[in-house]
Amino acid sequence: MDATTAFPDQLPVRSDHRLVADMVEPGARVLDVGCGDGALLALLMRERGVDGRGIEISREGVSQSVARGLSVIQGDADTDLADYPDDSFDYVILSQTIQATRQPRQVLEHMLRIGRRAIVSFPNFGHWRIRLELGLKGRMPVTEKLPYSWYDTPNIHFCTIRDFVALCDEVGAQMERAVALNASGEPVRVSVPWWVWNLFGENGVFLLRRR
Amino acid sequence: MDCGVALAPWQIAYQTYGELNAARSNAVLVCHALTGDQHVANPHPVTGKPGWWETMVGPGRPIDTDRFFVICANVVGGCMGTTGPASLNPATGKPWGIDFPVVTIRDMVRAQAMLVDHLGIDTLFCVAGGSMGGMQVLQWAASYPERVFSAMPIAAAAIHSAQNIAFHEVGRQAVMADPDWRHGRYLEEGVKPAKGLAVARMGAHITYLSEKALHRKFGRRLQDREAPTFSFDADFQVESYLRYQGEAFVERFDANSYLYVTRAMDYFDLAADHGGVLANAFRGTKTRFCVASFTSDWLFPTSGSRAVVHALNAAGASVSFVEIESDKGHDAFLLDEPELFATTGGFLAAAARARGL
Repeated sequence: MDATTAFPDQLPVRSDHRLVADMVEPGARVLDVGCGDGALLALLMRERGVDGRGIEISREGVSQSVARGLSVIQGDADTDLADYPDDSFDYVILSQTIQATRQPRQVLEHMLRIGRRAIVSFPNFGHWRIRLELGLKGRMPVTEKLPYSWYDTPNIHFCTIRDFVALCDEVGAQMERAVALNASGEPVRVSVPWWVWNLFGENGVFLLRRR
Repeated sequence: MDCGVALAPWQIAYQTYGELNAARSNAVLVCHALTGDQHVANPHPVTGKPGWWETMVGPGRPIDTDRFFVICANVVGGCMGTTGPASLNPATGKPWGIDFPVVTIRDMVRAQAMLVDHLGIDTLFCVAGGSMGGMQVLQWAASYPERVFSAMPIAAAAIHSAQNIAFHEVGRQAVMADPDWRHGRYLEEGVKPAKGLAVARMGAHITYLSEKALHRKFGRRLQDREAPTFSFDADFQVESYLRYQGEAFVERFDANSYLYVTRAMDYFDLAADHGGVLANAFRGTKTRFCVASFTSDWLFPTSGSRAVVHALNAAGASVSFVEIESDKGHDAFLLDEPELFATTGGFLAAAARARGL
């Protein structure tokens, strides 16, 4: 393998990844929980010069990440975050993963403990398309972005943007930034009220810190 | 040496593969396991069998001998050319036997470091090994952090468990119970504790496999017969296999070496050497680690690798870890495991980029 073929990172950057990257200070220490194939972590290292670490549950994801030169350990957000010391990272990121955890609240609490800041991005189950599927068809939504049937989905804890805001309140997290991305990956205008976000945001991205 | 004795003179036997580059920056040290030796990627001179890690080391393999200069040395206390209990004690002119000083993993690593010095290499690109080899990798990273650019401890642990010490003790007692052991002086008397060493190997071999692997390989199948013989012959294939493993082993391995090298593993407790905190062994390290374990390995289970990973995390080290799905037990690290090759190959390729190779 030569140096040019080894970097599969020239693909277009996902809009939610771009948004997360913009929230991270250059040179920070970052833990990406559920880092998948390492695309976000690689972006953060390339563009923000972070000192990055990852946790990923799937062997394939770990292997792909390691091949990118990332430091990723195979592990489970639900069980392994407890082993990380307080304040060991500047940012702990949970990108499109919270809905697949068994204990989302505990995971969020650990993130706020381990990191000075936490960044959470997740698919908004309050999006109008999902409400339409459930409301009109009366079936659990299966969309292009959430392609699983209810019985085989890894996504066991869906929430809406408003649900997540309520959880942040419960665990004592202060929102420093909150952005909703619409179906085209563009931010929903900041001036609109929460219910509009909750209806038109396909993804929520939150920058949090301990209150 | 850790036991307080200065061993001199001594010699170390090693093999190299590939070419050292002009910057002397592409050297990989491979550390062998308990009964391994320096013949990692060439046919064994005694048995004629392929090198013990040819799946991992060779042209186009993860440890690619077309890119890297690979060094593998026989451990101190071993019996394939490096000074060990079968070597002559200069004070007596007779084989050392059990007068040979007790060896530790750190002693093995010290000797390797002297070899690396001798080869004119300052920093190793990688130190890699499985099982006892993985212990040496961890010791290298702890003792000489600035000389280890990357490290791959596979199917290993930072401490030898009570269960593993127990298995080793059974093996040693088997050797010492053989009347031909002669209190370790069998070489002078022209005999060999072959039965005892074979029994030790048979017992140990079971620990290298999983129940599932044993079942798949042998089940309860009978060996060359239709029905049990109502005797203590090797009726079952698994018995026949173990007897063969035991007999083959004594052809290539010295019984006293087996005592010494198992003892070295027993004494290994990296945390104890660092105030009881494993993370202290790795404080401030710049080494990149790739740790791997196997799901069915009950000799060096994933929990031991995870303990290493936690310590490396606590020390702020750069560490990757993967638990590979395999039903082949501890031996999996020596076998054809594509996931192991994918992860380690990717790790080394990325590390090589970072090293400018």
